[in-house]
Amino acid sequence: MLQDYLKFALSGIMHRSLRSYLTTIGIFVGIMAVVALISLGQGLQNVIDYQFKKIGSNRVLISPGGGGVEQMAMSGYTAAKLDDSDLRIVRNVRGVEYAVGIVMATGKINIKGKTKFAPVLALPTDARTTDFLKEFDYFIVEQGRYLKEDDKFSAIVAPNLGIDLFDREIEIGDKIFIEDREFSVVGIQKKTGNPFHDMKIVIPLETGEEIFNKTDYSLISARVKKGYEPADVADDIKKKLRRHRHVKENEEDFSVETAENVVGVLKNVLGVVQIVLVGIAAISLIVGGIGIMTTMYTSILERTRQIGIMKAIGARNSDILTIFLIESGLLGLAGGIIGTLLGLAISKSVELIAAEYGLEIFRAYISIELIIGALGFSFIVGCISGFLPARRASKMNPVDALRY
Amino acid sequence: MEKQSYQRCRMSLQKGKKPIIELVDVWKIYRINEIEVPALRGLSMRIYKGEFVAVMGPSGSGKSTLMNMIGCLDVPTRGRIFLDGRDISKLEENELAQIRGKKIGFVFQKFNLMPSLTALENVMLPMTFQDIPRFQREDTAMKLLKRVGLEKRIHHKPSELSGGEQQRVAIARALANDPEVILADEPTGNLDSRMGTEIMEMLKDLNKSDGKTIVIVTHDLNLSRYAERIVHIMDGKIIED
Ligand SMILES: Nc1ncnc2c1ncn2[C@@H]1O[C@H](COP(=O)(O)OP(=O)(O)OP(=O)(O)O)[C@@H](O)[C@H]1O
Ligand SMILES: [Mg+2]
Repeated sequence: MLQDYLKFALSGIMHRSLRSYLTTIGIFVGIMAVVALISLGQGLQNVIDYQFKKIGSNRVLISPGGGGVEQMAMSGYTAAKLDDSDLRIVRNVRGVEYAVGIVMATGKINIKGKTKFAPVLALPTDARTTDFLKEFDYFIVEQGRYLKEDDKFSAIVAPNLGIDLFDREIEIGDKIFIEDREFSVVGIQKKTGNPFHDMKIVIPLETGEEIFNKTDYSLISARVKKGYEPADVADDIKKKLRRHRHVKENEEDFSVETAENVVGVLKNVLGVVQIVLVGIAAISLIVGGIGIMTTMYTSILERTRQIGIMKAIGARNSDILTIFLIESGLLGLAGGIIGTLLGLAISKSVELIAAEYGLEIFRAYISIELIIGALGFSFIVGCISGFLPARRASKMNPVDALRY
Repeated sequence: MEKQSYQRCRMSLQKGKKPIIELVDVWKIYRINEIEVPALRGLSMRIYKGEFVAVMGPSGSGKSTLMNMIGCLDVPTRGRIFLDGRDISKLEENELAQIRGKKIGFVFQKFNLMPSLTALENVMLPMTFQDIPRFQREDTAMKLLKRVGLEKRIHHKPSELSGGEQQRVAIARALANDPEVILADEPTGNLDSRMGTEIMEMLKDLNKSDGKTIVIVTHDLNLSRYAERIVHIMDGKIIED
């Protein structure tokens, strides 16, 4: 029976003018926003979860200057410095299992006569530090080996460095020059999707301190013991460092961050994206709903006589209601199909643009559930918008309708 | 009143049949902007199973209103209407819809086919509303269209059919649920006399071979001779039976 009504409603739609389809623009903009919202939102959420996993929920990062790791990585320079005495303080805080100081610099790199600049990280090479670093995605070696205690001029190279800067693959055993000193490549790092980490070079700490003539740390990374809250430990580190560096609260010349903090930035972005898209979706769905409602009123008026005929040959009120609800649902669905396609196109474009900027870890979330859900939702929005007109149609008096 | 109506129906009474339609003191008053327009004024009549009745009368005398009452399209302001022994004068719209779907077949002056559906689909529609399965609907609709001589036009839309053909589709549609009563309000009003005669022959055949009860409204005295009983109405009352 429903199949007949569907066919009937469909033939009702086919007879419509282009104008009545234009009223579904609101629906398609709304559904487009909803689809983009879910697709982008879920994509960002996945990045957040991934980042969280990568940084590790049991990490505390300490960086010089007040801006945190992000700012540190951007500008690369602050007047404040972290040194060995700060590292010792951090290591002695209750709940800190281990902490590593990292020297970061922009190095002049020369490969086969071509000179470029790239980030260089200098890290301790003892076994304990290596084990500690293996927990980060950013330091996993895919080919070759990790740095060893007696390494001096050995380097681990990130996967994009060669192709992106020197138009050639860098392989194990290759010779590269950093600050005019010759290093041999002993390992190739795994790709991370993070543009900074996919272009860096890792060398032993002492060698780095020597060639860059720099003994202060750009970053101290600490691991929190099991059973301790990273946020509490971070607070404690902050307090101890304040006392050690003689600075007052809220005037710190260093930042202490947990995975929660870092991911918080992304969460804020996600929040803004959601608010904007939910706003667009809500407004346009309401506009679209009203559009469908008015075309349904018009259509019902135009077909008053047909409603009378159907009633005369035995249609119950519920039959008429169903027919017109399906018809308005189909109008909603028509808008929904276009909206879903455009919404997916938008999030796919955002993904491609993000990849262009090196953020390859961002993937638009596209699934069959999302598509079916969006189409079902647009049909329901159509039905809801068409309810009042359909009810009016169903309640028409057959004699009056036939005289129309 | 009761007595009068018995008298009027004495011919049929003599046949000793049960009335399929009985109207008892039926009033229908339309109200337009506080002005009351009485279309039926205490009309009583009986129609027996298998009768062929023609209703005649001047324009505005209440013929169509009477047909709407018999056909369960509307309820009277006052009075009672029995269809097959059941009082339908106080029923809800949904119940009326079910009854007219099953027991009444309408043929209108303006054909009133659904413009977006083919002839076949138009004939199937009344069965759809009675929840009859598709294969059965299609089968019945084919047979009915064959019976009215339109087996070559089943997939045509109403706009692709002549007036006479459209009215034949309408007759097939009226027969879809095998109703007991066929009501035709000026079925030949929009047709030329040759087509009109054809339609009347068809109705006559339904009355004779299928035993359908038929009530038609007509202005045409030539056509009214098809009926075995002629009821004259004026100002909402029966003046001659
Ligand atoms: N829906 C309505 N609302 C108001 N008045 C109505 C309505 N239907 C009929 N009338 C009035 O009731 C009276 C009877 O109308 P009806 O249509 O039954 O006449 P009729 O005998 O069928 O006339 P015709 O031969 O012109 O079709 C008329 O005066 C008409 O104006
Ligand atoms: Mg009339």
